[in-house]
Amino acid sequence: MRHFIDIADLTKEEIEGLITLAEDIMRHPDGYAQICRGKKLATLFFEPSTRTRLSFEAAMLDLGGAVLGFSQADSSSVAKGESVSDTIRTVCYYADIIAIRHPKEGAPLLASQRSSVPVINAGDGGHNHPTQTLADLLTIHREKGRLGNLTIGLCGDLKFGRTVHSLITAMSCYEGVKFILISPEELRLPGYVRHGVLAGKNVEWVETRDLECALPELDILYMTRVQKERFFNEADYIRLKDSFILDQDKLKNTKPDLSILHPLPRVNEISVKVDDDPRACYFKQVEYGKFIRMALIMMLLEVQK
Amino acid sequence: MNIDGVTNGIVIDHIAAGRSMEIYHYLKLEKLDSCVAIIKNVRSTKYGKKDIIKIDEIIDVDLDVLGYLDPHITVNIVRDGKVMKKMNLEPPRELKNILKCKNPRCITTTEQEIDQIFRLVNEETCSYRCVYCEALAKGGD
Repeated sequence: MRHFIDIADLTKEEIEGLITLAEDIMRHPDGYAQICRGKKLATLFFEPSTRTRLSFEAAMLDLGGAVLGFSQADSSSVAKGESVSDTIRTVCYYADIIAIRHPKEGAPLLASQRSSVPVINAGDGGHNHPTQTLADLLTIHREKGRLGNLTIGLCGDLKFGRTVHSLITAMSCYEGVKFILISPEELRLPGYVRHGVLAGKNVEWVETRDLECALPELDILYMTRVQKERFFNEADYIRLKDSFILDQDKLKNTKPDLSILHPLPRVNEISVKVDDDPRACYFKQVEYGKFIRMALIMMLLEVQK
Repeated sequence: MNIDGVTNGIVIDHIAAGRSMEIYHYLKLEKLDSCVAIIKNVRSTKYGKKDIIKIDEIIDVDLDVLGYLDPHITVNIVRDGKVMKKMNLEPPRELKNILKCKNPRCITTTEQEIDQIFRLVNEETCSYRCVYCEALAKGGD
């Protein structure tokens, strides 16, 4: 039995296998419509979510399986003080696979240690969000036709932006990838990613505060939201929330085939006027997210076509 | 200054000068009934100055704690006045329930009875990270 807690749990070859499978599901959805019949997915969301939870549920339903779970901690026994360990031990009796989102970092790892069924990390605080990374990788693969030889700008909250950490870990396995890290000083990429991942893999990277200067060089621009829920001090959030705003003016000096990604939800960081620009890919990411989660569920349940 | 030699016991040698009390507390030596000597600022050809702890009893010493606090420490087991075993330490790969994660966002801060596990990520700097949230805890801090 395998869990999926960190993007590093998958080899490069396994990630590419999931991308291939997801693309096959996109081409032939009918062939997969009953493949998980009789299986149940529990979605345990201790923190609000729209896309990730619905994407997991849609993925399981499109595979012919069933879903159960809760969408906020208040509607579970956690409100009575139940621990993550006890919640997981209970849910194992009802479901064949679990997707968990929790505000505390490391909660999915703890869940996997207590679980008798596969556990998927659907986001743990500001730490990791590996299934979003799979969706990002599928998007990049479909837009660029490759995962190597790309210059990727990551912009906004690089400190608490869990999708950024997982994406850097995954993309740093590929040849010719360069990262441009664009953030305010207070929201710089954490040391464990800078030193543990980037330095460890000998990847080229630079840090800047200037989005406009970085834009002409980029193949991919990955925008992120400054997340209010990660700040203990509201004044800090207000000061930093509009650090970078992407609008049509800023897009004048980019490569014509730039791909703009965003894990969503967005607030102000991308003007809605950019949505119709052919370079905007963030709603395609949402679509691809469901297909890559279908592939992941199949892999962890060891279901084959 | 003269301090009696140990006949049957343990000598913890090459402690960085000034850190012997910290090690005394980490190893809970205050709970022992037997004779314990803390010798501070001993002249050392290798380190200039060092501390030494002599324990007049053979006890189980947590080598992981010592290896984490100061990998330069040596532990000598003495029987009948002779050094029977000399152990050079190295930083342990994993620390279980020795450090506590200080990241307020870590699951270990709220979940009951969860082991606090840290893994060695850099041998040179003796740096450890929490396995749950990856927060850094520096060796010897």
